[in-house]
Amino acid sequence: MAVTPPAQRIWWKEPVERVELVWTALAFLWGVAMFATMIIWHIVGQQNLANEAYRIQPERFMERTEAFVEKYKVGEQGDTGVPVVRPPAGSDVYMLGRLWEWWPVLELEKGQSYRLHLSSVDWQHGFSLQPVNINIQVHPGYEHVLTITPDQAGEYGIVCNEFCGIGHHTMAGKIIVVDRNTPKRGQ
Amino acid sequence: MTTIEAAGRAVAARNVEFRTCPFTGLKVDLAAQRLIYANAVAAVIFLAVGGLFGFLVALTRWPAVHLLPAEWFYLVLTGHGANVLLFWIIFFEIAVLYFASAVLLNSRLAAPKFAWLGFILMVVGAVMTNVAVFQGDSTVMFTSYPPMKAAWHFYLGLILFAVGALVGCAIFFATLVIAKDEGTYQGSIPLVTFGALTAAIIAVFTIAAGAIILVPTFLWSVGLISHIDPLMYKVVWWAMGHSSQQINVSAHVAIWYAIAAIVIGAQPLSEKVSRTAFFLYILFLQLASAHHLLVEPGISSEWKIFNTSYAMYLAVLGSMIHGLTVPGAIEAAQRRNGFTKGAFEWLRKAPWGNPAFSGMFLSLVMFGFIGGISGVVLGTEQINILMHNTIYVPGHFHGTVVAGTTLAFMAVTYLVVPLIFQRQIVFPGLAKIQPYLFGIGAAGISLFMMGAGTLGVPRRHWDLTLAEAPIPYEFSAGAFLMMGLNGLFATLAALGGIIYVVVVVASVFFGKKVDSTKPVWQFPVTSTAAANVGKYGSHGTVKLPGTIILVAVFFVAFMLYYYVNWKYLSAVWPLR
Ligand code: HEM
Ligand SMILES: [Cu+2]
Ligand SMILES: [Cu+2]
Repeated sequence: MAVTPPAQRIWWKEPVERVELVWTALAFLWGVAMFATMIIWHIVGQQNLANEAYRIQPERFMERTEAFVEKYKVGEQGDTGVPVVRPPAGSDVYMLGRLWEWWPVLELEKGQSYRLHLSSVDWQHGFSLQPVNINIQVHPGYEHVLTITPDQAGEYGIVCNEFCGIGHHTMAGKIIVVDRNTPKRGQ
Repeated sequence: MTTIEAAGRAVAARNVEFRTCPFTGLKVDLAAQRLIYANAVAAVIFLAVGGLFGFLVALTRWPAVHLLPAEWFYLVLTGHGANVLLFWIIFFEIAVLYFASAVLLNSRLAAPKFAWLGFILMVVGAVMTNVAVFQGDSTVMFTSYPPMKAAWHFYLGLILFAVGALVGCAIFFATLVIAKDEGTYQGSIPLVTFGALTAAIIAVFTIAAGAIILVPTFLWSVGLISHIDPLMYKVVWWAMGHSSQQINVSAHVAIWYAIAAIVIGAQPLSEKVSRTAFFLYILFLQLASAHHLLVEPGISSEWKIFNTSYAMYLAVLGSMIHGLTVPGAIEAAQRRNGFTKGAFEWLRKAPWGNPAFSGMFLSLVMFGFIGGISGVVLGTEQINILMHNTIYVPGHFHGTVVAGTTLAFMAVTYLVVPLIFQRQIVFPGLAKIQPYLFGIGAAGISLFMMGAGTLGVPRRHWDLTLAEAPIPYEFSAGAFLMMGLNGLFATLAALGGIIYVVVVVASVFFGKKVDSTKPVWQFPVTSTAAANVGKYGSHGTVKLPGTIILVAVFFVAFMLYYYVNWKYLSAVWPLR
């Protein structure tokens, strides 16, 4: 019994029943299949997280994001004072997480690709794009660069899903996806 | 080994008092019995406290109730994680280690004085961390990711607790050595002890990783170190955090085998296969911390894929093997006991009224179907993008560590109370329904949190309405519904938890002394039924149609769910 020593002293020489061998083989092959699926998706799949990342001083990242906002700002989000930025299609865009906001609001064109630079200037935050449900961890000191291609117009929320202190549940931001030839605000 | 042996010998001179268990004929070292008692009681106290916190958290996340204010919510959530995941589980595991070594091997326990020292360290550590949490400046969640900083005694408490647990592991190893030396058993150690050994070996790795990360973090909290890299912290922290989950799995699988043996006289189909499956846990889990890092910046895909799969799927293979051999052993035993009709008479006529059995079987099924499948899916490199840090994650691990480990530990308590504490279970009627209440509640919270997670609900989050956010986002009605259902099932789980604590505490303190002739439930350990079950070795086992159907259903469910999630993934914004 499982609570007593094995009845056969040389238990490692027992023959094994077919059903156990078959199941073990199946389970093993399933593991191989799952392993292969991840690799295949890197080749044929459209959704793979970029590996491009750099170490960066939080102050440097803040400066770059501010310069970016300066350059492409087209308005403000309601009365929040958060800038809305409309960068050219295909360009590098910045978003920073800090206690407790995602800054700035981005306005992107549908079907265009952008190199999104993500980082935090204080604690860790969780970039959670809703309702698409893309979730990426954001660290201070690391700049993560990923290429996104919004494929539907609409307003998307970004909530924070890494606990970041008492204001965690007030931390949210926005990405607005517009159709290709929607004019810039104020024009 | 030499220092451990020396420690063992140093106390060889103590007067060892044994009693003989009337049911099993095992010799029980009274010193071991007292230590098992102390660790199990401490475990139950931390479960009661931590479980209450879990209930408060669930009530707060129930949008219609929204019980606690924000500060309290985050504080209580920190307390919940630490008290249940660390303190309840690990105190109980130390009790299991002492049981699987001293009691099952008929041996004296090595160095009980050191074992008490370990126990005291653990209690002091656990209390210290709780004090830090309740003082309010350590609301950092039990994962305490920097640069968020807790008070120094939050970390120190965890370190002391870990050192105490390490002492417990050392006592376990030393007891194995003593038992071997003194020839208290013949041949190899029992399978259950082998499972416990697996758990203890992994625990040593785990605690080493814990020391590597918590000690510098402690020094940082008192100002002796200026910077902790947040990514490096996570890599090492999860080398502890994930490996420790494999301790839980090893321990609760060992308990599945033990309960099946004690309650129905089940024998392992094949010692070789079951032991190999445990061995896979030891070989392939060190790298599994990778699946907590799948969406972090600066880690290559190659590293992620290699580590999650190399480590994970071969450890998963171990669990899938147990998933066949545990129900297989039960089916074989039941068939030899005469329940041979159809594919499932053995299961229908199983002792469902015995909470040790029902708890064990529910734990087995739910760990596999809910915790196991969701864990593999969540740990797939690209699919993780859909779920990371959503409430899907707590959904998954309430399937492993609550429906799986906690329920298995609860189930075995119904054997420990009469066999070790020698008390009758009071309120047997309540005890009978307890595993069902808790099991259904735990399954419910797992599934509804997983459901909410697929709708984007964040974990560790006080306000789903985002009412105080300057730029609010409105979650779907489905998300709110899921969190409400989660609250309902949390209430069931809480009820099951309360009954467990009440029954155990009442039995231990007020239960009648067990009378060996009339136990509340039958233990066929020594009965002829067990002897009928037959020889070891699956080649001599009867056919197992029921088990084959069960694992086939599992396998199909696993494949479908896995590929459905790839389908979901293919619908989100292209990303590269
Ligand atoms: C009555 C039983 C329980 C209920 C109702 C419950 C409920 C919950 C809920 C609602 C969360 C919060 C999810 C979030 O907001 O992120 C949570 C977190 C958690 N629970 Fe439980 N739980 C219970 C028992 C347990 C047990 C027995 C364990 C461990 C053995 C456990 C381990 C955890 C852990 C580790 C967390 C994560 C804490 C964190 O995010 O820092 N729970 N639980
Ligand atoms: Cu945040
Ligand atoms: Cu946050």
